[in-house]
Amino acid sequence: MYFGLSEEQSFFQDNVKKYLEEHATIDNIKHITSGDEKNLSEEIHQGLLNLGINGLLIPEEFGGLGLDLLFAAVVSEALGGGVGPTPFIAPYVMAPIAIMHAGTKSQQENYLSKIATNEFRFGVGFSEFIGKRNDAGITFSDNALNGRAMFVLDVNDATHLLLADEKGQIFVVDAKSSNLEIVQLTTVDKTRQYSEVICTNLEVELLENSSDSIEPIKQAIDAGRIMLAADSLGASQTMIDKAVDYAKERKQFGRAIGSFQAVKHMCAEMAADLEPCYALVWHAAHCHDHSPDEARLMACHTKAHVSEMSKGIAKKATEVHGGMGFTDLLGLHYWFKRIGLNRQILGSPELVREEAYKTQV
Amino acid sequence: MDLEYGPEYQDFTKEVQDFCKKYKGISFTGGSNTPLASSGGSGGPEMSRSEWQKILIENGYFARSVPKEYGGYGGEVDILKNRIIASEFSKSKTPGPMGGQGIDMLVPTLLEMGTEEQKQTYIKPTLHGEMIWCQGYSEPNAGSDLASLQTKGELIGDEWVINGQKIWTSTAQYSQMCFCLVRTEPDAPKHAGISYLLIPMDTPGIEIRPLVDMTLNAGFNEVFFTDVKIPATNIVGKRGEGWAVANATLGHERGSLAPPDATMNRVNMLMHLMEKETLDGKPLIEHPIYRDRLMQIQGKVLAQQSHALRLLSAKLNPGADVKIGKMIQKLIGTELRHELEGLAIDVMGEIGTLYEDSPHLRNDGTWQFIYMYFLGLIIGGGTSQIQKNIIAERGLGMPKEPKVEGA
Ligand SMILES: Cc1cc2nc3c(=O)[nH]c(=O)nc-3n(C[C@H](O)[C@H](O)[C@H](O)COP(=O)(O)OP(=O)(O)OC[C@H]3O[C@@H](n4cnc5c(N)ncnc54)[C@H](O)[C@@H]3O)c2cc1C
Repeated sequence: MYFGLSEEQSFFQDNVKKYLEEHATIDNIKHITSGDEKNLSEEIHQGLLNLGINGLLIPEEFGGLGLDLLFAAVVSEALGGGVGPTPFIAPYVMAPIAIMHAGTKSQQENYLSKIATNEFRFGVGFSEFIGKRNDAGITFSDNALNGRAMFVLDVNDATHLLLADEKGQIFVVDAKSSNLEIVQLTTVDKTRQYSEVICTNLEVELLENSSDSIEPIKQAIDAGRIMLAADSLGASQTMIDKAVDYAKERKQFGRAIGSFQAVKHMCAEMAADLEPCYALVWHAAHCHDHSPDEARLMACHTKAHVSEMSKGIAKKATEVHGGMGFTDLLGLHYWFKRIGLNRQILGSPELVREEAYKTQV
Repeated sequence: MDLEYGPEYQDFTKEVQDFCKKYKGISFTGGSNTPLASSGGSGGPEMSRSEWQKILIENGYFARSVPKEYGGYGGEVDILKNRIIASEFSKSKTPGPMGGQGIDMLVPTLLEMGTEEQKQTYIKPTLHGEMIWCQGYSEPNAGSDLASLQTKGELIGDEWVINGQKIWTSTAQYSQMCFCLVRTEPDAPKHAGISYLLIPMDTPGIEIRPLVDMTLNAGFNEVFFTDVKIPATNIVGKRGEGWAVANATLGHERGSLAPPDATMNRVNMLMHLMEKETLDGKPLIEHPIYRDRLMQIQGKVLAQQSHALRLLSAKLNPGADVKIGKMIQKLIGTELRHELEGLAIDVMGEIGTLYEDSPHLRNDGTWQFIYMYFLGLIIGGGTSQIQKNIIAERGLGMPKEPKVEGA
């Protein structure tokens, strides 16, 4: 029995972490999020492509590495830890998994191999299947899509989109189509992109195996949720590390603030809240590939639980920093906001827990 | 228990209600300098914020008990009338007076401890919104441990000469004046060496550098003082008494940071939003989990509102012991408001994360803004941890943490 990361997984994660430490510095993050360095984010993305993040999950027969989801989870954790300002979850996790489960052999061949060579990059819009808000919703009839998809992930620089209707059918959309209107949404988290997509008689290609089963879209959403949890896990760890370091250095009343039990306990509580999340994320990612009976329950709870723990950690770590935590000076808020977005996208905790229950009845 | 204010207050309530009706839908020209200030409604009269301020004072709905000669209304101190005004304004959504650190903290301090000349000079323009103040207390190395502040003031001839740095100074960039804590008696023990000075912000030698906060607004500033010279008379209280003067105003700040009536207004606003917003076609308010979370918070706010009545009663009926009751206000008020704004984001899901000028914002994106802003208020004005120390040590009489040698 061995519960933990493999050497290869740790090694790969370290490479991503190191790359981000060097290239996604806090100054670069500030430039990217304030919009004055449009190319920087793409440069960082290129560097990660060189490490092979696009082909992780793609089967070897289509030119990928054919690794399991735990590998992607450790990458996502590293991206959260460094508030990586680059697409990952949609194009390299959700899209390949959706296509693998919903595509015919020839659709798989066509799309997966081109994701592996980086000719195609997918944005993903499945929000309406998870929970449809006011005036959103996509309908499919006469071979065309109509309607509005909210919070489509990673649309910029995408060549294609995967959109879903409320029934869970998945469609491949040419991102350059003139029947597609893309509106940038501004959220608090400016390290990643979120868009609204409006389709008017948009011609699409149906991924055929999603027409009579919601299993493919659910697989992709499960994986996306585990990735978001891993991202929050990494982001929370960074916030804790920063808080602990600060508490050791900052002095008030002639002593390090970390010597006050109030501060010590905040830090200890954060650690105690986060530590089990590692095992939960790893376990959920493992089950996704190797234990189908438990997989969905694990994915739902992982998303919800890590979101809850991370929300508390984001608040406490900010408090440990006092006024400094509230400023832009240290940039702590990038992590705070990233955790905030991870909590809401692909289902907020209440919705996901409801689903967790339903997998058991 | 008798919650009736008595017959003489019924006429007064009616009068306030009529006033609110008259100005229903009032809106303001020009912006406001704080994103939290109401910009008013629509369909009513339009005027500037300072005109509105004057109307409020003339009618006795603001600065009611401040003497006329200092620019107030000149009425008797009447806590119940103040309460009626606040609650009628809140019910009818009539915008209240401008606030800010000058009005909320400096004016009460001067009324209590200022010289006649200081009262004459500063109170009127401050009340009328023509003189904005900032609070220069915190320094890079003096936050929770405020009394260790090092900005230096030397009396040379008939002038104070000030050198040093303040930080987290809210609204300094818009302020005409700063009430400032400065170390003037370097040889006295830490708390006894501080004076409370009034500094015009256009004095040569003051440099203001705005600091961006996590909401992405420059809500506060660093303020640098290099040989800043102000008249020797710009001191409130005596030399070395600044700590006591400041503590009087800290009390005012802590009580006013998160009033439960304002939180209840937001609860109502959220309830309204949840009736309109849908998830899979069903209004959010009909989703039992979200409804229950809202009701839990409403219960907490009700407790705080009732508590505020108890504190009000204690002012009217001396002798009631509300020492701890007062100490908890800042802690529970700011935490609750932060929690409520966070709930709003949760119920809206992804939509709740939209910000700034994004399409599809709900309530102008205020939920996300205030969620972060109140994390700032949980820290500012004495952190939650410091509030808990105060409650435990001064409220519950628990032993203090042992002091570190020399601190
Ligand atoms: C939004 C905002 C507006 C502000 N506006 C103003 C203003 O207008 N004017 C002004 O002068 N100041 C202002 N401040 C400053 C504010 O008063 C300080 O930030 C606050 O007192 C905390 O000080 P600090 O930032 O130095 O944090 P620190 O004192 O360094 O605290 C860091 C951490 O240590 C903890 N800690 C410190 N001492 C103890 C202890 N004895 N026991 C337990 N825990 C402890 C704190 O709780 C906190 O978690 C503002 C701050 C904010 C966030």
